[in-house]
Amino acid sequence: MVLIKAKNLSKNYGSGEAVTRVLKDLTFSIEAGEFVAIMGPSGSGKSTLMHILGFLDTLSSGEYLFNGKNVGVLGDDELADMRSTQVGFVFQSFNLLPRTTVLDNAILPLMYTKDSRLEWEKKAKVALEEVGLSHRLNHFSDQLSGGEKQRVAIARALINKPAVIFADEPTGNLDSKSGLQVMKILQRLNSEGSTIILVTHEKYTAEHAKRIIRIRDGQIFADESVKDRLLADASEELTK
Amino acid sequence: MPMNLLKTDYWPTRAKNLQNRFMNYLNSVHCAGKILAANKARSFLSMLGIIIGVMVVIIIISVGAGAQSLILNQIKSLGSNLIGVLPGKSEEKGPPVAVFGVVITTLKYEDGKAIMNIGNPHILAVASYVRGIDTIVYGDTKTDTNFVGTTASVIDVEDSKVEYGRFFSEDEERAMARVAVLGSQTADDLFFGEDPIGKQIKIKKTLFTIIGVMKPRGVSGFQNQDDQIYVPLPTAQKLLLGIDHISFMRAKVDSAEYVNGSIEFIKDVLREQHSITNPDSDDFTVQSANEGLAALTKVTNALRFFLAAVASIALVVGGFGIMNIMLAAVQERTKEIGLRKAVGAKNADITRQFLVETVTITFFGGMLGIIFGLLISILIAGVAQNMGYKWDLVITYASVFLASSVSIGIGLIFGIVPARRASRLNPIEALRYE
Repeated sequence: MVLIKAKNLSKNYGSGEAVTRVLKDLTFSIEAGEFVAIMGPSGSGKSTLMHILGFLDTLSSGEYLFNGKNVGVLGDDELADMRSTQVGFVFQSFNLLPRTTVLDNAILPLMYTKDSRLEWEKKAKVALEEVGLSHRLNHFSDQLSGGEKQRVAIARALINKPAVIFADEPTGNLDSKSGLQVMKILQRLNSEGSTIILVTHEKYTAEHAKRIIRIRDGQIFADESVKDRLLADASEELTK
Repeated sequence: MPMNLLKTDYWPTRAKNLQNRFMNYLNSVHCAGKILAANKARSFLSMLGIIIGVMVVIIIISVGAGAQSLILNQIKSLGSNLIGVLPGKSEEKGPPVAVFGVVITTLKYEDGKAIMNIGNPHILAVASYVRGIDTIVYGDTKTDTNFVGTTASVIDVEDSKVEYGRFFSEDEERAMARVAVLGSQTADDLFFGEDPIGKQIKIKKTLFTIIGVMKPRGVSGFQNQDDQIYVPLPTAQKLLLGIDHISFMRAKVDSAEYVNGSIEFIKDVLREQHSITNPDSDDFTVQSANEGLAALTKVTNALRFFLAAVASIALVVGGFGIMNIMLAAVQERTKEIGLRKAVGAKNADITRQFLVETVTITFFGGMLGIIFGLLISILIAGVAQNMGYKWDLVITYASVFLASSVSIGIGLIFGIVPARRASRLNPIEALRYE
């Protein structure tokens, strides 16, 4: 099933002669259940692409269909609804709320949905269990290590059972061991059926995905499946 | 719309939406509480303006009411069978201008005498008054004291008693005798237990012979009635003040039911005395004690309102303080706002969050202000009562209710600008903000 379909998707900043074309006529599609890495050097437009695919930004021209729905025509509140129900984000700098418990951090996306708090906590506990942090529920986010913080962020991204998880340089601020743990969780989630879109500039990280879309100067110059896919599980064994 | 109403799921959905909205607010309050608790010092500092503002308003309302009670109690203590005569015309139902300290010289010593000479069976006595304050000298001892120039009839009008010696007579009064009767405290201050009767004191270089000392009467209003000296009215006018008018008169009526009749009688006599034919050109005001009470209540109410209005400025200043702090908080929490938007918060959700936070701050500030304000009001009333003033502790539910709703209102008004600014942040830029 095609989940994401982009056709001549473009994004410009500025207007008139000062216009900067950040994304130029991208056309591609992503199926449900894929694990795609969008890879490119900084300034290539990969983050902008992720923001558009994740409903944080709007496209300038072209077409973006999500699950058959035309995203280009949606208003602010409808985009917020899409973010709330369809996608989860993992950021390079974790973006946890300070002085807030692990549990409350994971709950955050649910606050903009219609359940009761009791239901939220139940879901949050399940999500934190997924990332192996059940023992840290009532710790404050400031007391966690970088790896643990990123795992809380993954739990937060998972909690709404989104159609896609976007991970923007999720290992960028982590040591290699914590980074591997994060990649391992993402690979497991993918094997359990989650669609994952990873944005990175590192070849090594990208090779944990099943497919790599390479972007340079706002254009796709390669889109191919990964031949020798790295498995975080196995690498972890090696580092032990 | 009618089609909507007919849909089977319209009402249940609507009820569910309302419930959800309520839960949203409940949750916002819960979150706001957590965030404020996490920043205790700053939350308290931002509340401070509201705490002080509400506290001052409550104290001023309470102290104003207490001071009012002090003045009104004084009038009540004189009894309701009294009629007051003040110089100058009063507006309909309003207070006579003499209350505001304007000096009017239309009332004369002879006016009081005329009322008694023409005579009304229900008017028992009429006393006229002038007042002054000066240094009283006895030997080497000096004290600053009020002197009251009055008529011999004051004893009957005010129901006061002489402790020892005697009060001056009407003959002494007419003859401008240089005699004085001391209040009990003045006697103590000047004579330290020595017998003052027959001794001579000096007021404005005039020698007076002391002929009596009054029984203690206690503090009434702001006036310590035991710390004053009574001298015959003509003596005070000519020798001490150099005036020929009087400040006011009081008449005592035998029973409350004849008060109104007596007022008309006094007006007629005074018009005759002053050759006034048209009541519109009256140059005096005759009021029963109750009417005087009502007029004075009006004046003091206006003063209380004015004071409370001045105090409310403190609340507005507190509101701007909170707005400032919330604007800083929006700046500081840009990244959090970006994150919340990224996980699905709508603009309205962000607006609500910051508004609820501001209102929570002002509401708790208001609560603390009410508590401190009440405690200090109770303290002030206690101190005043201990000092012997007839000061009532007045706390109105209205002032407490007003203070809490005003503090919520301030949160809403001053919270809206920061909340709107937060909700308009672009999520991507907000997430990148460092």
